[in-house]
Amino acid sequence: MKQRKPKSEGLAYKRLPRRALLLGGLQAVFIGGLAARMRFMQVEQADEYRLLAEENRINIRLIPPTRGRIYDRNGQIIGQNSPSYRIVIVREDADDVEKVIAKLSELIPLNEDEIERARTEMRRSAPFLPVTLADQVTWEDISKVAVNAPALPGVTPEVGLTRQYPRYEDFAHIVGYVGPVSDYDLSKIEDPEPVLRIPRFQIGKVGLEAKQEIELRGKAGAKRVEVNATGRVMRELDRQEGQPGADLQLSIDADLQQYAQARLAGESAAAVVIDCETGDLRAVASAPSFDPNLFVRGISVADYRALTEDKYRPLANKSVQGTYPPGSTFKMVTALAALEAGVVSPGNTVYCPGHLKVGSRRFHCWKRGGHGTVDLNLSLKRSCDVYYYDVALRVGIDKISDMARTLGLGVKHDIPMSAVADGLAPNQEWKRRAHGQEWLVGDTANASIGQGFMLASPLQLAVMAARIATGRAVTPRLVRSIDGVEQPSGAGEPLGLNSYNMEQVRKAMFSVSNDRRGTAYRSRIIADEFRMAGKTGTSQVRNITKAERAAGVIRNEDLPWERRDHALFVCFAPYDNPKYAVAVVVEHGGGGSTAAAPVARDIMLQALYDGTPPLEAYPVADRERIKEQQKRLEGDKRPKARPDEKDRA
Amino acid sequence: MSYLEYAVKSTPSGFRKFLYMNWPLTLLLISTASAGFLMLYSVAGGSWTPWAEPQMERFGLGLTVMFIIALVPIWFWRNMSVLAYLGSVALLVFVELFGTIGMGAQRWIDLGFMRLQPSEVMKVTLVMLLAAYYDWLPSHKTSRPLWVLIPVVLIILPTLLVLKQPDLGTSILLLAAGGGLMFLAGVHWAYFAAVIAAVVGLIAAVFNSRGTDWQLLKDYQFRRIDTFLDPSTDPLGAGYHITQSKIALGSGGWNGRGFMQGTQSRLNFLPEKHTDFIFTTLAEEFGFVGGTTLLTLYALILVFCMVTALATKDRFSSLVTLGIALNFFLFFAVNMSMVMGMAPVVGVPLPMVSYGGSAMLVLMAAFGIVQSAHIHRPR
Repeated sequence: MKQRKPKSEGLAYKRLPRRALLLGGLQAVFIGGLAARMRFMQVEQADEYRLLAEENRINIRLIPPTRGRIYDRNGQIIGQNSPSYRIVIVREDADDVEKVIAKLSELIPLNEDEIERARTEMRRSAPFLPVTLADQVTWEDISKVAVNAPALPGVTPEVGLTRQYPRYEDFAHIVGYVGPVSDYDLSKIEDPEPVLRIPRFQIGKVGLEAKQEIELRGKAGAKRVEVNATGRVMRELDRQEGQPGADLQLSIDADLQQYAQARLAGESAAAVVIDCETGDLRAVASAPSFDPNLFVRGISVADYRALTEDKYRPLANKSVQGTYPPGSTFKMVTALAALEAGVVSPGNTVYCPGHLKVGSRRFHCWKRGGHGTVDLNLSLKRSCDVYYYDVALRVGIDKISDMARTLGLGVKHDIPMSAVADGLAPNQEWKRRAHGQEWLVGDTANASIGQGFMLASPLQLAVMAARIATGRAVTPRLVRSIDGVEQPSGAGEPLGLNSYNMEQVRKAMFSVSNDRRGTAYRSRIIADEFRMAGKTGTSQVRNITKAERAAGVIRNEDLPWERRDHALFVCFAPYDNPKYAVAVVVEHGGGGSTAAAPVARDIMLQALYDGTPPLEAYPVADRERIKEQQKRLEGDKRPKARPDEKDRA
Repeated sequence: MSYLEYAVKSTPSGFRKFLYMNWPLTLLLISTASAGFLMLYSVAGGSWTPWAEPQMERFGLGLTVMFIIALVPIWFWRNMSVLAYLGSVALLVFVELFGTIGMGAQRWIDLGFMRLQPSEVMKVTLVMLLAAYYDWLPSHKTSRPLWVLIPVVLIILPTLLVLKQPDLGTSILLLAAGGGLMFLAGVHWAYFAAVIAAVVGLIAAVFNSRGTDWQLLKDYQFRRIDTFLDPSTDPLGAGYHITQSKIALGSGGWNGRGFMQGTQSRLNFLPEKHTDFIFTTLAEEFGFVGGTTLLTLYALILVFCMVTALATKDRFSSLVTLGIALNFFLFFAVNMSMVMGMAPVVGVPLPMVSYGGSAMLVLMAAFGIVQSAHIHRPR
């Protein structure tokens, strides 16, 4: 038998060490490859991966800045940040979210829309992130939730800051309101700051809040936090404090503003009080008004509809945004234009037969019988129209238009409120441009008494009165200081008008409200040191047809409200040392002397006495009535805080 | 070679066996396991629970098992090979029928104190059986088709069972280990050339099968391949693992971010940080230096296995040692390639370091066989 070959000599056995080394070599190569790969990642690309790791773990969270507060000139608070309570739920603590929500809804009223939004948010966000269930919750409801906390797992009350306007309606039109940033807001801002992307971050929507948004908002701070893979914050790495928004101090006197709003209540009207020396706006009232706090919370559809459907238009800011034909209050402009041009002197007279034929058309004076022989003083005192038709035709529209602009009409005043109107002081060129038609002499006649194309806002009329009173280019100032830094005063340069002419116009305005025959005599001020000069205006909003004129002009009281004349009054006082100028417009109020002048006088006195004036300032005959009125307005004063707010405090 | 051919007298006996153990290998195993404890302590946020302590207990058990197996003569283990193989196949069948479902696959049997993963056991018993087979097979028959077919069937059978679980990673490892052993045993290279060609063809077929009725892989397996090929396509989904793993590894830099300072693992950006992705934590916290140190430990383990394999004249000992070393190599090579983004995410843990009882226990038992081969080598 063939001897069995020892296995150690077999071919396969000989192969073993060779193949073992070959395989070992392959393994060594692979290990080398792993090491090389590791070197590549950890040495060459280390910085890149380190950056990615940092991006992974570090999250930058914005710290929203506290919005600047708004004060009146005396430091009374107008816009503040008050604590607001909201109820949040943390999904991972709540167990059965639906059950908890159902239980919660038994305790406090919940808004179904808000709950639906919360559900959507919960589905998307990490389970440990709080989701708001109810916002702007009253203190009473918060305590209910706190008491029942054991039955409501995962539900906690949270406190935040929200804008609050303690003066309610009084400053709605000036200050406006804030609201949560909307997509529309973002689309309007180029390269919006990241802080605006914080959900429900409040920004100014209208008024001063919107115009001074940047100052009020401040700068957001930031904190760097370390988060884990699910986004839970593990710790704060560092924090950079932001800069709170600047506090604004207004030129407005909150008490005067409140009085003006109360005095205008019941009418669709506007009043502006301007300081003749500094241009400070002391009151900018527009009635009716609305509660801006409603908008901060998110106004209900019903409330909003009530505001938009009111024919008195509470949302419109009539004081700066509304423009009206200035009517007879414009006559000072026409007079000054004519006097400056030298086409007439104060002593020159015009005969008023009750009408003047201009071209083919007959222009009527408001007094059918006419005023007879009229000079400057009488023309303003009695508000004769024919005198102005006559001098306007002599001086021409362009000079009148220039004078209007000099006195602040037809130019936009730069104050930080929404939709400040330009008004209109038309001239020949304007008509060619805007209407493509030639200016007609009839247009000049209309313009001379502030009718036709002429438009002015109550703010512009107040500026005009202040400029006439001082002879300086007074410009309105709404914001007195930002973050304690005084803003430039609006005292203005001298207008450069002939002082004798100005004096004659002022004297005529004085007689309007101090001469027995003046149109505003009944609204005069008795107090010697505070004598007032003014001018009434009644501007038509309809054409009076020939037939109507023949039959006798229909009295305002017999017309429907929206076709009645606007009542206007501009004034300044004290006459010998003007302190304040006031303009009042009562929409469809009827005659300026009856509807607007008393209001302006009352507001003026309130401003002059810096509070309720003594009855001695009023004409003897009126004192009883005024006493009643003062009592009523005193009673009207809204409480500073409403009952539900008191509860929270 | 029957056991009578072993020079029994020349092998140490009694406690002298300890002196003749492959001590460098033992120390290397203890070192790597210790690195694992350290990392498990770190990923638990500086706590011995829940991972480091049980892992140490298991390693203690594993070390004991290794010593016991080492003391038993190698020829006993050779004679047990067939039984061990059949037992493992039976376990695979059992797990298929009654196994615990985990991660969408039937993979383990719950023994109460630990979970036994039959596929892990299979890796070792397959190597044992093949080594015994080639020890028994006369050398000149090694490359004959029939005698090549038999081991192929022995490899394919467990591979299919594991694939059924489904555990693609382990089944590929089984194929590679079995094929490697046949290569070591001296089967003609032409067979391997043919198989490699066939595999390339199969891969093409697999990709072409996608979306058809005869789809060869599960959808999740295809997705894993997709994300491996381009992790950026799905950074928050399936590619998340690879992307985060690479970030962690790369951010470690040269020295690492310091023990327990790895932000990626600390903040849970890393998935499975105590098991499959533990190397990432190590590389993040100890950097390139730490990573290559572990790699060197692994390489040295292979080297000392090679020493044992080449020092013995016993064919079974050589083959089984090399097979176990190959298994070990495949283990860490696949895991490291995976965490470095060089291989798709397959559930292969890092040997001796990853948390997990059965894998470690099986490995220690396998090294026990290597030690036995070393102690009882014919001199």
